[in-house]
Amino acid sequence: METPGLYHILFISTALFFIGAYGFFTRRNLITMLMSIELILNSVNLNFIAFNKYVWPAKLDGVFFTIFIIAIAAAEAAVAIAIIINLYRSHKSIDVEKAEEMKY
Amino acid sequence: MTASTIIFYLLAAITLGSALLAVTTRQIFRAAIFLLFTLIGIAGFYFWLHYEFIAAVQIVVYVGGIVVLIIFSIFLTQQSGEELPKQRWSRTLFAALAAFCGFALILTQLINHPFPSANAQAGSPIVTEASVANIGEQLLNIEQNGMALPFEVISILLLAAMIGCIVIAMRQAPIDNENKPAA
Repeated sequence: METPGLYHILFISTALFFIGAYGFFTRRNLITMLMSIELILNSVNLNFIAFNKYVWPAKLDGVFFTIFIIAIAAAEAAVAIAIIINLYRSHKSIDVEKAEEMKY
Repeated sequence: MTASTIIFYLLAAITLGSALLAVTTRQIFRAAIFLLFTLIGIAGFYFWLHYEFIAAVQIVVYVGGIVVLIIFSIFLTQQSGEELPKQRWSRTLFAALAAFCGFALILTQLINHPFPSANAQAGSPIVTEASVANIGEQLLNIEQNGMALPFEVISILLLAAMIGCIVIAMRQAPIDNENKPAA
């Protein structure tokens, strides 16, 4: 066990990203898919902060990117949940396989 | 091995372990709770990196906002105690394979890529502290390197999302569909 640095955090954020991607591939329920997207967004945030800390500590750009991503993720989650609840009202299910007629 | 190192590996174990459980458990409510622990673990990483403001924002927005929203939507759309249907094994296998291949690809690239280290460039690098004062000053600065324009764009986006949510979730007046066949 060595002292953690940039590469350790990048390893964790990569693992988190692909765990989120795995969840996105396997899940068929809209809420759990939304949760996978949150995991992916969080891994990106962790990357920005790690690069800001270890590579460009003189600037704050990574912090701003993280703040904006958190704001956009909050807006996106709110809209997604409004859509999910509306879908549940009309279809009585939030399974993506049962929402096929949304295509037409 | 210092306390900081131990805390790092502990946080890593909490974050990755509960993230794995969040995408594999078949009870949707448990998935939401594991997601909560993952987000708290990431906030812990921000504390570990001394970005206290971002950690606070993470806890307020994600843990206090998004997870509560997700739990409410689970209550509204799911029968309690019902498990998610089992997936076909082929889908699970190929998803795991795709995720693992992507992970391995990124990791090999990552290990071979030398990132410019801030400590190697100069004796003592300039460090801008990520304090609330510094962040706020640059966020609302309209001169060079200021972030006032993206800040305003985000506020427009939040307004649009708010109006969009209200419009989408609004219950339609019962005039169409049900009453139409009678007319």
